Formats: sequence, C-alpha cells, structure tokens
Amino acid sequence: MGALLEVERLDVRFATPEGEVSAVNDVGFSIAEGEMLGIVGESGAGKSQIFMALMGLLARNGRASGSVRFRGSEMLGLEPAALNRIRGARLSMIFQDPMTSLNPYLTVERQLTEVLVTHRAMSRREARREAVAMLESVQIPEAGRRIDLYPHEFSGGMRQRAMIAMALLCRPELLIADEPTTALDVTIQAQILELIRKLGETSHTAVALITHDLGVIAGLCDRVIVMYAGRIVETGPVRDIFRNPQHPYTAGLLASMPRLDIAEGRRLQTIAGQPPNLQRLPPGCAFNDRCPHAFARCVAERPLLTPVGAGRSKACHLERL
Amino acid sequence: MSAGPILEVEDLRVHFRIGGGMFGRGDRILKAVDGVSFRLGAGETLGLVGESGCGKSTLGRAVLRLLPLAKGRVLWLGQDLGALDTEALRRQRRSMQIVFQDPLAALNPRMTAGEIIAEPLRTFEPEQGAAATRERVKAMMGKVGLLPQQINRYPHEFSGGQCQRIGIARAMITRPKLIVCDEPVSALDVSIQAQIVNLLMELQAEYGLALIFISHNLAIVRHVSHRIMVLYLGRVAELATREQLYRNPRHPYTQALISAVPLPDPDLERGRRRLVLKGDLPSPLDPPSGCAFRTRCPKATAICARETPPLLPIAAGHEVACHHWNE
Repeated sequence: MGALLEVERLDVRFATPEGEVSAVNDVGFSIAEGEMLGIVGESGAGKSQIFMALMGLLARNGRASGSVRFRGSEMLGLEPAALNRIRGARLSMIFQDPMTSLNPYLTVERQLTEVLVTHRAMSRREARREAVAMLESVQIPEAGRRIDLYPHEFSGGMRQRAMIAMALLCRPELLIADEPTTALDVTIQAQILELIRKLGETSHTAVALITHDLGVIAGLCDRVIVMYAGRIVETGPVRDIFRNPQHPYTAGLLASMPRLDIAEGRRLQTIAGQPPNLQRLPPGCAFNDRCPHAFARCVAERPLLTPVGAGRSKACHLERL
Repeated sequence: MSAGPILEVEDLRVHFRIGGGMFGRGDRILKAVDGVSFRLGAGETLGLVGESGCGKSTLGRAVLRLLPLAKGRVLWLGQDLGALDTEALRRQRRSMQIVFQDPLAALNPRMTAGEIIAEPLRTFEPEQGAAATRERVKAMMGKVGLLPQQINRYPHEFSGGQCQRIGIARAMITRPKLIVCDEPVSALDVSIQAQIVNLLMELQAEYGLALIFISHNLAIVRHVSHRIMVLYLGRVAELATREQLYRNPRHPYTQALISAVPLPDPDLERGRRRLVLKGDLPSPLDPPSGCAFRTRCPKATAICARETPPLLPIAAGHEVACHHWNE
C-alpha cells in the first residue's frame, strides 16, 4: 500500500507579542491507505496544529513550512480554491466540539447536503436521500425527521455523530479526528469509537486520531506517534509501544493513568513538573526537566528521532529504557 | 475510619424550576437530585459517578448547602444543617470545603495565591494576625507542593495543575473534615492528574479527611474511592464498596459504564466484549416512567416501565435499584 499522506520536516510557528513560538518542529510521518494512526500528547504538544496546517486552517498568525503531500501532491501553500477541492471531499476533519463545525443557523439537512451538491454535483433530492442514509448509518434515530432540525435541537452525542456523518458523506480517503470523544460521556464515547472502528473496517478510510487518551488509541490504532513540546518523541506499532515504551515520557504517561485492568490500591506514578511552556523550553531535550533518567548529555544536546527496532523510533539519548 | 458517620444524607431532593414563560406559567420542574440517601465516615472517600446531567455535582453542592433542598435532611456530625440559622451554618462550613473542576476559573484573578489561600482564614479566624496568617499560608503551600516563595504570584502565573494545588490549599487551610472534590482533575493534562490524585490521597491519610469525589472517570474513581455511588438521572442506580462495584457490578448501567472505559492495553482492549448502550441520556425534564434507565437498558421488560425499582441491599454494603439485578 502506498502512502496516502506524507509529512516531511513540518514546522509550524506562531508570531505572538512575546516573540515567535514553535508549535511543531521538524515533524515527519506518513499514513498508508486504510491505516489508523494515533497521535497522542498533552496540551502544547502540537498534535492538532500539524493537521490544522495541512488543512489550511492555521490561525492568522501561524505559518507552516516543510512539506505535506496528499497522494503525492503538495498541500502546503495551496490557494484556497485548490485546497477546497481536496478538503471536505478527500480529506475531512472532525473536532472535539461539534458546534465548531456545525452552523447554528442552518438545518442539519442544509449542512449535510452542501458537500454533496458542491463536491459530487448531486441534486438536492439525491443529496437529501444520501444524507439521511448516512445519518442512519451513524445511528441517528428517526434520521428522516431529525435531518430537518437545527444543531441545537440535537443532543451532544447526536451532534458528534452528525458531524461525523458530514465528514463521511464524500467518502474521504483520510478522516482526521481531533479529540472526537473528549467532550462526550463514556457510554456515548463507546458508541462513537465503535463507529470509527467500523468505518476503518468497512470503507477503507484512513484515520488520524488525535487524542490525549491512550486507552482510545489502544483499541483503535495500528500505529502511534507520541508528541512532546512540538516534536515526535516516540513512534511505532501500538502493541510494541504500549508493551514496551522506550521513551521516558511515553512510559510516564502509561504509568500515570489509573487503569481498570490493574489491581487497585497502588500509588500512581507521576511525571514530575509541569506541562512544557513552549516559550521557555529547557536546552537540549525538552523533556529533560521532568525526566527521571536525564543526564548531562540531555541538557547539552537535543536527541534526534532515530530507529530503535522494526518500525519504531525514539528521540532519547538513553540506549534502552 | 471512626465508628459513627460524620455525614448523613437522607432522601435528599434538589429541584430546579425551568422557566417556560412569564409569571411562572408553563414552568417545569427539573428533579436534579431525586431522593438520595447515604452516610459518610471520617476519612472515607465516596465516589460519585455518572454521566453529564445525572446530578452528581448538584448532589455535592446540596450536601454543603450551597443549593437549597426541595426535601430531605443533611446531618453533619449529628446536627441537622437545615435547622441552623445562617450564622451557625457559616460556622459549620469551615469544616466542609469544596474543590472545583476548572482551577483557573475558581480563583479570583486579582488576588495573589497567598490572598486566595488565606481568604477562609479571614472569614473564620478574623482575630488571627497578618504575620501568623502568612506563616500558615506558607506552610500549607508547602504541604500541597507549591513553593512558599510563590505566595505573591497571581493565578495566571501558575499552570493548571498548580492552580488546582492553590484551590486545594484554600480548601485545606481551615483544616476541614470533608472536602467535596467536583471533577478535580478533569481539566488537567494526563501527567498532572496523577500528581493531584496522589496529593489528595496524601492529605486524606495525614488529616483523616473525608472526600466526596465527583468524576465521570471511572478509573480515577476506582483508584481513590472506598465506596462508589452510581447516579442516573438524579437517582442512585447502585451503591457499593469499590471491590464489589468493579468486580461484581449488578446494575446494567454500572456494567455499561465500566465496559465503556477504554483500557490502555491493545490486546485486552481488542479482545473485549463491550456492552454498548443504545441511544442518549433522556431529558431530565421528561424522564421515562418507572426505571429511568429502561430506554437504554438491554434487560428492560414491562415491569421497568411500570414501577420505579427501589434501592435495595443485595449484600453487605451493596445496594442496587434494578428489577433485574439478579439475572
């Protein structure tokens, strides 16, 4: 399978009154057709900005450089008109808060049929039929009636499903899901994750799943990228990373979660210190001030992302963890 | 844990009037908490779990009398809080505190960390001098993992985790016996959540604090709680010790909640049989007849629509409100 998306040397910088902030630094990865890739990291890790950059959705003070190729053609720097032929049709994005994607003034019907009329040149009647079918497939009850409602008349879980339906209507080759279940209750989260899982199995859509929840990644993804302070610190197959993390940050994240599959009563391990402040990163490895294994070299020299086994790499001076 | 409960809650009900029109016409009653009873021992943690709208935060606030009760009693150290006048209630409040979800929003941005933490002392111990207050604040900052030299900094100069430590220091400064923790780690990064959870548990061990720990995160609740109450649309679905609730959940809603928590283990997570509930939470303004959970319940039968299942003990320290708990 060829690469669907190839990201190389991607930098994203924001101009702020306090100076330039590097949100994403020298990030490179690829997503194969039909692959489920997880991107995990905490606030300020840069995980969302990678995808905002390639969708042309960066804030006005943001600039992206490097290369992002979708099926071989460059996306960075495309004119909006050219970008619009790709996004929404072959590349869709869903967000944590569905109201950022749904227009409160338009009925769900208007919003769902728009993509079909624009990208697939359907008539309104055809588009409506297709949209109702898609709402049914994301399990919106009474879709034929509900499609005429406004977004605020939907529950939170239904809105999220409507947004997913909208993202899927044009059968995108890549779905970017940015914290799609973070705002939802656990039982609704389970419904949405089930939906994304089925999507990967049946329609061969590739998914980039951005989340801070390692549990969500464990159940869905083939590969995972762990980010810290704007850089990739570890990447590899999900099973290997979860079984045997090699970067101290990944290991710390896994150990600090209370989990239902481990006997209760032990003290939680923690990662010391605070999440990184991008304007005041320590020299060398950005994680060195929180790392229990840091030594002189970690302050002197930033570790590069290097292969550490089949399909795995990490950015850490430690030979083994 | 000592012998008698420090807190007894009997048939607590909190109703909100939702405006339907002018002059109260068409007003509807939202029963946010609808007949909840429990006891809490000194040094004990009761976890309150449930989805948004289940009434867990309202219950936490009503226990502290931060909300008016439609019905029911709250006994604090044997004393009915509803029978106290304003001044007497205020005096009791020093031993009952609350920590909120959004740490930055809960702190006055114009006050320094030191002023915020000292504020309960100004209310409850106005006779104390400025120097003594400052010493106590500094000592408490050390206890919660803040640097005492940060006493003159403002909330925006702290990270989210540090702001939550300030909130905890403010709650702890009067040496309370009970702290209601309302989603205290939900707004924090994963790596910081564990720090705050450990801090709360350390403070509990040192001071014999009782905690009411409100959270939608079942893994964290399991980690911190001795007993857990599962709420659904304002009513108790199940109340059990930690071991019983997680090893042998009897209410279908509890079972669904537990099975919905993603496990950070690729093999376990993929091999799991998950009980995925259909549908959404019904509107609390118009709850289903009988058992409120029946519209989403895989076990629902005719009786569930007719009769509200009472909360019944099924084992020592284990109560369930379900017609079909034994199937």
